[in-house]
Amino acid sequence: MNHKTETELHNQAVKDLAEVLPKIAQYKAKDRLKIPAQDMPCQDPVVRRSNLNEVALGYTLEQARLEAMRCIQCKNKPCIAGCPVEIDIPRFVQHVAEGDIQKAIDAIKEFSLLPAICGRVCPQETQCQLTCTTGKSLKDIDKAVAIGRLERFVADWERTQGTIKAPLVKTETGRKVAVVGSGPAGLVVAADVRREGHKVVLFEAFHKTGGVMRYGIPEFRLPNEIVDQEIDTLKKMGVEIKTNFVVGRTRKLTDLLDKDGFDAVFVGTGAGLPMFMGIEGENLIGVFSANEYLTRANLMRAFDRDNADTPMYYSKYVAVLGGGNVAMDAARMAKRLGAKEVYVVYRRTEVEMPARKEEVAHAKEEGIHFYFLQNAKRILGDDKGRVRAMECLRYELGEPDSSGRRRPVVIEGSEFTLDVDTVIVAIGNGSNPLIGQTTPNLNVNKWGNIIVDKETQKTNINRIYAGGDIVLGAATVILAMGEGRRAAAAINKLLAGAG
Amino acid sequence: MNQITLKKQLSTDVFLMKVRAPLIAEERKAGQFIMLQVDDDFGERIPLTIADASEKDGTITLIFQVVGKTTSDLAALSEGEAIPSVVGPLGKPTHIEKFGTVVCVGGGIGVAPLHPIAQALKKAGNHVITIIGARTKNLLILEDEMRAIADEFIVCTDDGSYGRKALVTVPLKEVCEKNPKPAMAIAIGPPVMMKFCAETTRPYKVFTQVSLNTIMVDGTGMCGGCRVNVGDKVKFVCVDGPEFDGHLVDFDNMISRLSSYKDIETKKHRCKLEGCK
Ligand SMILES: Cc1cc2nc3c(=O)[nH]c(=O)nc-3n(C[C@H](O)[C@H](O)[C@H](O)COP(=O)(O)OP(=O)(O)OC[C@H]3O[C@@H](n4cnc5c(N)ncnc54)[C@H](O)[C@@H]3O)c2cc1C
Ligand code: FES
Repeated sequence: MNHKTETELHNQAVKDLAEVLPKIAQYKAKDRLKIPAQDMPCQDPVVRRSNLNEVALGYTLEQARLEAMRCIQCKNKPCIAGCPVEIDIPRFVQHVAEGDIQKAIDAIKEFSLLPAICGRVCPQETQCQLTCTTGKSLKDIDKAVAIGRLERFVADWERTQGTIKAPLVKTETGRKVAVVGSGPAGLVVAADVRREGHKVVLFEAFHKTGGVMRYGIPEFRLPNEIVDQEIDTLKKMGVEIKTNFVVGRTRKLTDLLDKDGFDAVFVGTGAGLPMFMGIEGENLIGVFSANEYLTRANLMRAFDRDNADTPMYYSKYVAVLGGGNVAMDAARMAKRLGAKEVYVVYRRTEVEMPARKEEVAHAKEEGIHFYFLQNAKRILGDDKGRVRAMECLRYELGEPDSSGRRRPVVIEGSEFTLDVDTVIVAIGNGSNPLIGQTTPNLNVNKWGNIIVDKETQKTNINRIYAGGDIVLGAATVILAMGEGRRAAAAINKLLAGAG
Repeated sequence: MNQITLKKQLSTDVFLMKVRAPLIAEERKAGQFIMLQVDDDFGERIPLTIADASEKDGTITLIFQVVGKTTSDLAALSEGEAIPSVVGPLGKPTHIEKFGTVVCVGGGIGVAPLHPIAQALKKAGNHVITIIGARTKNLLILEDEMRAIADEFIVCTDDGSYGRKALVTVPLKEVCEKNPKPAMAIAIGPPVMMKFCAETTRPYKVFTQVSLNTIMVDGTGMCGGCRVNVGDKVKFVCVDGPEFDGHLVDFDNMISRLSSYKDIETKKHRCKLEGCK
């Protein structure tokens, strides 16, 4: 493997920048396209396989400026339309190219509150970078301007400068809003509503805040420190945080309005109920949902086997079922926890995998095996009820289905077994059932997702709004954030109107 | 919040604690539980049934047996100290109505969660027959409290050191043979005991409700670690339960899953005791 170190990449960038910089004013688009695309410096795959530290190390200033100079500042700016919160991407990228990072961060923050997070976890290759003119001109989507990495660079720069300013809070209005769930949707609502001077109480079921960003997405992809930073900013703004509080159980959703004096409530309780395959052997010891596996390792700190009370299963051969980010995270976590071999078993092909491209690449570098066009048929146990193997079936691609993707069709008689002691199921989540169960009048669809008005995120109950995965089904951080913004705007309007 | 206002040792390994948690005290219903953590950073979240609550004092009562790291850390806390995390009430409340004659069977520490249910059933006008049992006399808890609410009361120990020398299934069978047979049974205790209670009542077709205490991580339906087979369905104990029809629960699988981490826990426990690496 030709792993380039951070220093090598940086030194090259310093050299290249020195060459480009004096001439940049004269550069035409075609000259810009010749500036070398910057690789993300990463921890050596061999080393990182056994630690939890962040894999991607982030651009240096020189790398960031070079990468930003690759943007040709095209007229129609397709990247903006690709961004769910429509960040003015060419503007912030221009500032990076000029080396004015403060201006760059200010530009991003007009649109997005969580750039350090989004820069790390957004699926840029299907959003802003998909339609990037630079990538198109080079006929390679991997050569699009690395907008996500630039966003991350800018946000990290601000954090290390210690210049993060908590947004200004207007004079207290005396109004009070409850935000339920501290995932990205809830955090954004809390910030946006608080800014208008309304009191905000953020309720979280767990003992720690951050939602999936804390319990699901591992440290090696999104360090806790970054999530803590966002929470800290909220605290500085005067948002009150109540952990260990399950709305629906500790207090009914409607009681928050009727008894506790809240003027509005936002529900951002996220996805819930992990799905299983419904196959034989799924309740054997050694079969986990990815949620359970990752929650133990991340939130409960069981990665640190010596210090954590929450136990973590010892696995040598692990099969992970699924092809999304959750599957990648589980597979890579299993490797880090000491598994010898990890197999990702996916029903379709690599092209259809919903995971971020970078995560798949990283997983491969770390030695994770990918078994495409295969799926589990049943899980086999030993006499102690523990997993000893998984029987799989092979598939081939058949006719396109309603989504236009070619449907995987099972090849009869293709059974084979994979010797594993652990199976992690990462095939998706249903909706969090608690609010629905305990709020009988709230309209939910047949999957339990809360039904809202598309413009305002309002539910069928007055003053109750919802957004994020609980509305969308398992989606993304940026979409959750976008919904939060819309809901906050509607809540602010409601409270302003009510005078 | 979460201050321990009272701590009492009920038997060798069993403790009772009253904990300040006014919101939980107000909302909780019989059959529900809480999750607690004694250390917010490295601690484990464990489920404990709410044995009782006083809305007036704003306290809930927990009764637990010291079986592992978390319960022994909990037992080490004194009155006045606070439990770092307590969250609840979780799970679906017991369905209470007037059924007629209900036989309540409690084994060991299971008598603690049974108590509020028996109390509620009595209040709803049921004829309550109570059977409580333990391995030996000094492991029996809440005898007086249970006796006070029972219309008929039977106590037994496995070793005959107190009450009848019998497993709880013996008097349970006798009750089922009565005419008329009881409208339903509720059995709470160690998994094996619940399994055999369900087997005992099955031939008599007496509906038997059990309360399951599986491994849990979040207790809010997010992880699936608490799943059990009930009939031909997979259920999550923390949100679909904790109570289920005992005749449909796959106890063997549940008991097997409870041992998922046995080897790790024993090893760790021994290492801590012996200070090995
Ligand atoms: C392992 C994993 C990896 C992922 N990777 C990516 C990625 O790379 N990129 C990406 O964009 N997206 C990714 N996602 C998806 C993304 O994390 C979610 O779409 C996003 O977090 C949803 O945000 P949310 O605010 O709706 O809810 P969540 O983040 O789920 O937060 C909801 C919060 O509400 C709390 N809660 C629930 N019920 C209650 C209640 N009744 N009372 C109080 N609190 C409650 C929960 O404890 C939780 O903290 C990933 C998801 C997982 C699981
Ligand atoms: S404990 Fe996690 S779903 Fe029940």
